[in-house]
Amino acid sequence: MSAEAARFRFVSANRRVREDRRFVAGHGRYVADIALEGMLHVAILGAQHPAARILSIDPSAALAMPGVHYVLTGEELAGATDQLMNGLDTPNVRRFPLALGQTRYAGEWVAAVVADTRALAEDACEKVKVSYERLPYLTQAEEALDPSSPPVHPAHGSNVLLDKQFVWGEVDRHFAESPRQLSFRVTWGRNSTVPIETFGVVASWDPWSEMLDVWASIQMPKYPDQIARALRIPANNVRVHHDVDVGGSYGVKRGIKHTVLAAHLARRLGRPVRLLEDRLENMRGGDAHGPERIFDVDVAFDDAGIVRSMKMRALDNAGAYAGRAPFQLGKPIGAIVGPYKIESVAYRAQSVTTNKAVQEAVRGFGQSPTNYAIETALDKVGLACGLDRIEVRRRNFIRKEEFPYLIPSGTRYDSGDYHTVVDKVLAHVDYPALVAERDRLRAEGMLAGIGIAACLEPSGGNSAFEPLLNEKNETTTWMESVRINVDGTGCVAVTIHTTSSGQGHETLAATVVAEVLEIDPDLIRIVRPDSLACLPSNTPVGSRMAIMMGGACFHAAQKLKAKLLRIGAHRLGLAPEAARYQGGSVGAVSGGQALDWAALVNIAHRNFHLLPPDTEPGLESTHVMQVPTGTSLPKDGRVQMYPCHSFEFHLVLVALDPVLGKPEIRRYVIGHDCGTVINPHIVKGMTLGGIAHGLGAALLEEFVYDEEGQMLTQSFMDYLLPSSHEMPKVEIVHHCTPSPFTVFGQKGSGESGYLGAPAAISGALNDAVAEFGISFDKLPIRISAISDAVAAARVRSSEETTS
Amino acid sequence: MKVALLVNGAVREVDVEPRKTLLDTLREDLSLTGAHAGCEHGVCGACTVLVDGAPVRSCLMFAVQADGLDITTIEGLASAPGELSVLQDSFCETHGLQCGFCTPGMILASHALLEANPAPTRADIAEAISGNICRCTGYGQIVEAVELAAERLRLANAPRAAAGGRP
Repeated sequence: MSAEAARFRFVSANRRVREDRRFVAGHGRYVADIALEGMLHVAILGAQHPAARILSIDPSAALAMPGVHYVLTGEELAGATDQLMNGLDTPNVRRFPLALGQTRYAGEWVAAVVADTRALAEDACEKVKVSYERLPYLTQAEEALDPSSPPVHPAHGSNVLLDKQFVWGEVDRHFAESPRQLSFRVTWGRNSTVPIETFGVVASWDPWSEMLDVWASIQMPKYPDQIARALRIPANNVRVHHDVDVGGSYGVKRGIKHTVLAAHLARRLGRPVRLLEDRLENMRGGDAHGPERIFDVDVAFDDAGIVRSMKMRALDNAGAYAGRAPFQLGKPIGAIVGPYKIESVAYRAQSVTTNKAVQEAVRGFGQSPTNYAIETALDKVGLACGLDRIEVRRRNFIRKEEFPYLIPSGTRYDSGDYHTVVDKVLAHVDYPALVAERDRLRAEGMLAGIGIAACLEPSGGNSAFEPLLNEKNETTTWMESVRINVDGTGCVAVTIHTTSSGQGHETLAATVVAEVLEIDPDLIRIVRPDSLACLPSNTPVGSRMAIMMGGACFHAAQKLKAKLLRIGAHRLGLAPEAARYQGGSVGAVSGGQALDWAALVNIAHRNFHLLPPDTEPGLESTHVMQVPTGTSLPKDGRVQMYPCHSFEFHLVLVALDPVLGKPEIRRYVIGHDCGTVINPHIVKGMTLGGIAHGLGAALLEEFVYDEEGQMLTQSFMDYLLPSSHEMPKVEIVHHCTPSPFTVFGQKGSGESGYLGAPAAISGALNDAVAEFGISFDKLPIRISAISDAVAAARVRSSEETTS
Repeated sequence: MKVALLVNGAVREVDVEPRKTLLDTLREDLSLTGAHAGCEHGVCGACTVLVDGAPVRSCLMFAVQADGLDITTIEGLASAPGELSVLQDSFCETHGLQCGFCTPGMILASHALLEANPAPTRADIAEAISGNICRCTGYGQIVEAVELAAERLRLANAPRAAAGGRP
């Protein structure tokens, strides 16, 4: 990183993250910390049955309790609001915050009780009597494909939300011409990001100004628009406050249904209303689950292990409503061949409804499951050809000189140097020594395996998957904006137009503006105006903020610098090209007299007579940034998805006792290339946190439903998040291949680690148990699954020996 | 019920329902919102406070049980407004956090560790924070923060000569 450090003053420098101070002092401002005068509290009554007709709701006993103000039902809410937006063209899959007439999964919100305190509201929930008539239900995606399966939405006609076949290139010919083929199935279990803060919202309605004020723990593009639409009020009657710290999101904190419900109650009752999910509401009915996906993969390759073509069918269990689930099948199209030169691909994306909770966007938006399938394919091809698993990847990698590289599905990858990253990681770990260590462990009677994953993190987030999957959607921009204001005393304030959930956007914005203006970042104030004072933003989804907010900061600062230069040159009587900007001052290129920052600011704010002609007084600039690349609608099923592609290469050594089956990660190394790093602390944290999240997906985390359609893993006792005991010390090997499409060469890193860790850990376990002729094809791979499979394999082999 | 809590060195009297948790009492009655509700069933540790110096899950304890006990919350660690303790500053130095939601509990658990063990090993630190779930960081920079704080505290308390003649 020394070359970068030389190029930049603050970018890539090892500077502190400015947000940290308030958090370590306990002075974050989360939604649960916001208490308004006269605020009422909501508790939610969840459905008992996976599918049932609601025959009646009797709130009388609840309403008779002192301190209980209201019981809201789906019927009232649906009458007063429009259905929640659904990005697909499936008008009969209707969704409201509270179940309307029918419940579609166990835990679905049936009624909301409002009381003076949350505790009282919970007590009153127990007094609401709902009578149900149970209906047939289903939980399995493959069952949902059967036309005779019980329809989750009878008006829709089937359980299929999306079934789209793409063929990019000459798949049939390539398969016919390839000497070798293999097929397999892998399954990604239903897990999610599960932030430690649940979702919360406070809503307040002022009937005289007709203004809805909202504080929420959100990470949601177009949030005010969607609330306004559902509530049938103009969007400029909604004011979303962005000065709320969000206690983790990683994609899921969308909260439209929560907000519509709370806002309706605030309007109805004329009092501020707060809805804070408890953990049970969050896990069961918060509609924040992630992909649950079956992959059927065929690959065609040759004896040298070169993969020529791939057929992938991804069947996703969306749950009871569309949510963002179908689109999470669309985003991976932008990196459907991973880092490999696969010439042609057939991809079938199927999304079906079942009687399970609804999905929300999860870190990577479907990319991590897809990477797991692709990496499993590479492992299997290597095995089939008798090739080392790293060698087979090397042979298939896109080479450095081939970028920008157009993949069959229409995305042009920006840059990369995969071979070098792999070489650096192998040199760092001393790969032969790692193999020797694995073999030593095996000789001691342990099971030990090495796992490998090489994958991409598409970043820069546009929403090109929306028009790709829904022709009626013609969105081709996913902009982000920044405003810089220099006041009359010369102090700089930068506005950003979103909430943050730990990504360090204040540090990012200050660093970039300071870099361009050549001033001290610590002197820059970052402000988050409310939504009515905001420029367009699409929030930190799709690993986009280093690229998009960083880019907007860069361009806004360049505009400001250009204005300062014009002012200074004019005052000094210089032609603009004869003047130069340096460290906040403007002077002649040839040297001599210069005007410092204070003088330039003074002219802009007080001396109109000294300004160049046609110059607006004051000193501010704005920039609304379009996503680099990806500005066109899809054509022939192809589209340019995200602009940038970070690369990560995971190398893992896992050991376990064959009887106990508990995997222990002995070594974890990741090679990471996200281009120019803006803040090394932030990127490191994202990467380590992503690996922990991926470790959870690989070994621990799953929302499990039983045959009765009830969710079993409703608490942190059952849904296990990795603790400091499970997480190994991770070694990061850096590489920097700048992106040609961004202002500093930066790429995204918000999903790093998570995108490859599940594949790598799965690969390590499969290497560990290969001696028994078994493998795991479903995540998470729990301790019990490992010990049971090993025990069964040992029984089989002893029976074979004795018979 | 009336109870008297010794919170961050000051006696605070509150009148609470017997079923009210210490967490809700700190947050709602005493406006000490640094302790957070993450799971409310004693797993995540976001609500951690120190009771008589030991890390305790304030979501699993009633306020009435804390009558007369010495409670330290995150708000009680810094010496003055705008200041940070050595441990808090170390979390800033290594960026041992992201969203900040688990951070107060994580810091209090680490604070208790360093009070008892000025030279913890990596395993000691992992053990001490294993009851606090962080979803953002993967714990790496948290462990580094505690290691750094331990080193700084040892140096701060060491005689000049033993500190290695640092300037």
